[in-house]
Amino acid sequence: MIAEINQTRIKEMKIELAPLLSIRDLHVWYELRRFGFGHAGYVKAVDGVSFDLAPGETVAVVGESGCGKSSLMKTILGLNTPTSGEVIFDGRNLSELRGNDLRAYRFEVGYVQQDPYGALPPFMDIQKILEEPLIISGIKDKAARLERIRKVMSEVKLHPAEDFLPKFPHMLSGGQQQRVVIARAMLRSPKLIVADEPVSMLDASVRVEILKLMHALQAEHNLSVIYITHDLSTVKYFSARIFVMYAGNLVEKAETRRLLENPLHPYTLALLAATSDPDARNAESFKEVPPGEPPSLVNPPRGCRFHPRCARAIEGLCNQQEPPDFEAEPRHFVACWLYRPGEQGQ
Amino acid sequence: MNPTSATQLLHVEDLVLHFRTGNGTVQAVDGVDFDLDANRAVVILGESGCGKSSLAKAMLRLLPRNVESYSGKVFLHGADVMTLDEEEFRHNVRWAAMSLVPQAAMNALNPVLRVGEQVAEPAMVHLGVSKAEAFLQARRMFQHVGVPEDFLSRYPFELSGGMRQRVALAMALVTSPALIVLDEPTSALDLLTQANIMNVLKRIKHELGTSFILITHDIATSSELADEVAIMYAGQIVEVGEARDFFSEPLHPYSQMLMASVPRLRSDSDPMFITGQPPSLVNLPEGCRFAARCPFRMEKCGGEPPVVRRGNRKVKCWLHV
Repeated sequence: MIAEINQTRIKEMKIELAPLLSIRDLHVWYELRRFGFGHAGYVKAVDGVSFDLAPGETVAVVGESGCGKSSLMKTILGLNTPTSGEVIFDGRNLSELRGNDLRAYRFEVGYVQQDPYGALPPFMDIQKILEEPLIISGIKDKAARLERIRKVMSEVKLHPAEDFLPKFPHMLSGGQQQRVVIARAMLRSPKLIVADEPVSMLDASVRVEILKLMHALQAEHNLSVIYITHDLSTVKYFSARIFVMYAGNLVEKAETRRLLENPLHPYTLALLAATSDPDARNAESFKEVPPGEPPSLVNPPRGCRFHPRCARAIEGLCNQQEPPDFEAEPRHFVACWLYRPGEQGQ
Repeated sequence: MNPTSATQLLHVEDLVLHFRTGNGTVQAVDGVDFDLDANRAVVILGESGCGKSSLAKAMLRLLPRNVESYSGKVFLHGADVMTLDEEEFRHNVRWAAMSLVPQAAMNALNPVLRVGEQVAEPAMVHLGVSKAEAFLQARRMFQHVGVPEDFLSRYPFELSGGMRQRVALAMALVTSPALIVLDEPTSALDLLTQANIMNVLKRIKHELGTSFILITHDIATSSELADEVAIMYAGQIVEVGEARDFFSEPLHPYSQMLMASVPRLRSDSDPMFITGQPPSLVNLPEGCRFAARCPFRMEKCGGEPPVVRRGNRKVKCWLHV
């Protein structure tokens, strides 16, 4: 398995390398204002997230819309300012970067957007789209720019480049558009790629092609990748680790295989149960879905944020105290009181 | 010749819907045949641009202005509804016998009307019942789709996406049609909400005996409801058969490759992708439309492939002759 190869490589690297990206107790809150002034609370989109990402490591952040995964991503990209906590990239604290340093940081982080058509300006041809980041980064020689563009285009398998350069985004298929987006993210040789649902807008047959392409690029350039998705079935083909996010918190963190074989958090279990594989027998039974909906991030429930929907919630504990991360098995962290030391977890 | 049997609800024969555009004729639906029995669900699976949404529009005769040709036979309860004029169709078929949940229906609710009124309206318009009776029926449908009754007096913005999708479903159900056409009913929803909606559809099928045409590109989710599967490619149905047979052994090379492209949670299969792109519906190739991407291409494939029967399955491919 692809993911396994990754895991062993990461295990080796972890010993020798410092993390590329280190997130410490990150909070991203948005202030709500009443009629434009007057404080009306906060949307606590990201509320106490910590993790390390090693160079060359791939991690998937899995969660539903509104769980804060986009806010987390935007903070890592330097588009949001954290309310508190730190984002440390390659030894630099992101919130202390200004001007040219911040610009230099953005060259080291590539962003692959969800909707390729929306991410490409419709009035620019592919050559202009791909040249712009290089111009901004100060490559004055047009021939050098074009050479770099050709190289990246061949890496994302848009060849011959000459056919694509004069085209406009609407002339390309969805898969080709997403390749252009990936090429644009790769132009400045980033160390980290943040991919926000990169295949959710694509057709099934193209999806796998793009995932495989991203995987090949990741392996070749030893990129770190944060893959944001709601689709658990694609995760194992791409990511060495999975973080499950719910209502602003990471509720479970583990290596992909471990998490899929032994999911612990009740929310993770619900997500896995709701994911179907194509099978005619699916039509014969109903799916088990936890009742209710994710909580408002303005006023999240006290204690564990999943407890109002959780069938196994412990009265007096889950609705009172926020669960910390427990290491239920080696390097498998779960923020759930069911797994507190001394408990069996069942 | 009336080909319908007693249990047969729907029989579609050689349905054609072509559009006129600046680039030429778009052959969106090009000779589609399929049957559906009462209280059954057929899934029409296909990738974007294969004409599946146009098929939904053709079924309900919701046509844009640039139609070049629209023909074929659609027997509903044994009567060909294609012969009806627009007024008869609107009165007796659309909503009364067959309703549609369009793509992104949850975003198509009227923001300034309470959802109860919107759900009750089709019953008043298409069944001619009184307002009180329509609201009673709307209330009943809210129970079926799992929306609390007091939501009747809410506005769409007060409801979550999943709840709005259920409301759209209630709106399609309120006239008790025999058939509902669902166009990508779960594609914009979250995973758990998707599972919930599929549960609701299953329950409606059991409780009300409704038949469904489910149009989607999501193979895994489609298996939650499917009794039958039809695979659509470049305006045509290339394979149709029982879901059980299809999911265990797809026949058409395109179906096989499409199934192989699905990432699976519970097995370690390495998903494959299909190289190349579907042909443009403006400029269709001669013969088999999948031939250019097909690993089993033969010389014969340059000619129009026949529809081959395999038990109660049908496949449009030279390989199975």
